[in-house]
Amino acid sequence: MDRIKLDAWVGIFVALGLIALMGLAMKVGNLTSNDIKTTYVVTANFENIGGLKPRAPVKSAGVVVGRVDSITFDTKIYEAIVTMSIDERYVFPKDTFANIYTAGLLGEQYIGLEAGGDPENLVAFDKISQTQDAVVLEKLISQFLYNQASKEEEEK
Amino acid sequence: MITFFENIGRGLRLKITRLGAATRLFFTIISYSSESFKRFNLTIREIYFTGVLSLIIIIVSAFFVGMVLGLQGYYTLQKYGSSEAIGVLVALALVRELGPVVTALLFAGRAGTAITAEIGLMKATEQLSAMEMMAVSPVARIVAPRFWAGIITMPLLASIFSMVGIIGGYVVAVPIIGVDEGAFWSQMQANVDFSYDIVNGFIKSLVFGIACTIIALFEGYDAPPTAEGVSRATTRTVVTSSLAVLGLDFVLTSFMLTV
Repeated sequence: MDRIKLDAWVGIFVALGLIALMGLAMKVGNLTSNDIKTTYVVTANFENIGGLKPRAPVKSAGVVVGRVDSITFDTKIYEAIVTMSIDERYVFPKDTFANIYTAGLLGEQYIGLEAGGDPENLVAFDKISQTQDAVVLEKLISQFLYNQASKEEEEK
Repeated sequence: MITFFENIGRGLRLKITRLGAATRLFFTIISYSSESFKRFNLTIREIYFTGVLSLIIIIVSAFFVGMVLGLQGYYTLQKYGSSEAIGVLVALALVRELGPVVTALLFAGRAGTAITAEIGLMKATEQLSAMEMMAVSPVARIVAPRFWAGIITMPLLASIFSMVGIIGGYVVAVPIIGVDEGAFWSQMQANVDFSYDIVNGFIKSLVFGIACTIIALFEGYDAPPTAEGVSRATTRTVVTSSLAVLGLDFVLTSFMLTV
């Protein structure tokens, strides 16, 4: 096979491979849809994070505004420290409320941010002081059973 | 009884010696690479033989693997009422796992055997010795171009495999089964991460490319210069490459899942 024909075939092959890779990145992956490039980091302390995992979404009004970077445990205060990076385009007041919610009944857990009314905004490495822990299903059930039992006691 | 242990010991020693020789060949290839890059059209030729000629088998098998994933995934997912997640299932299975692994297995069978047989026959017909007599290094002229062609080819083939497989899954899921097209793609995009899933698959295919090519080259280079020796070496290429790919796949996956 002569050289030009060979080069053409190899060129077609390499182009096909690169198109496939681009297709994977653009059409299949999330490189275009929600690429969060420049972010700022804020932390929040929780007494119980439930099943929250790194890379879980941070949402506000249902819109993904960032991702959880890391979750560590502080042995001084015995609380979980959740570090999250938030898209630079979105700013939040200093008294923003951070909750851990569950998507659906048994879905993945995510952090929901609810903006407060403070005129000053959160800046990088700030700490969100107002947090609400994840709902632990066992605690809810035991509380419900306890209430039920005490009600029955009263009725007697 | 003693001979039994003797045989085990000899077999093991032989294996370790061959591993050492393969490692030596690997570093020899690296050191001769700059020399072989000066005549890059040799590598282009090998990309044609290992890559372009493997395209048909890769595309056809990828399409069928994708379609089967679509059907089987739908069967399980509809039991839980989440058949829209079929796009995620097909994409993640292909990009993270099946794309690199099946491509590497096909590559070992389609291109690896050809490399081993070719180099083994060159050795049997004393073409390699003739080159050495002419002060042309067989590693620079024959082995290194095939090595680099394998490394360039494998990630491209794996990407094509994944993409064609996803199209196969789409063909089954959307027009035939009737899953909503928007849900198919949007769920896929929401759950496939570029830097975790796609890059991980790419790294896997690169490692498999190195492993498969070096095994095929070494088996050919090391084959006894007889008809029987070459045929055995070709068989060993397929067996060793497949085992290496599956073993490496476990190691790489366990590495990547912890990160």
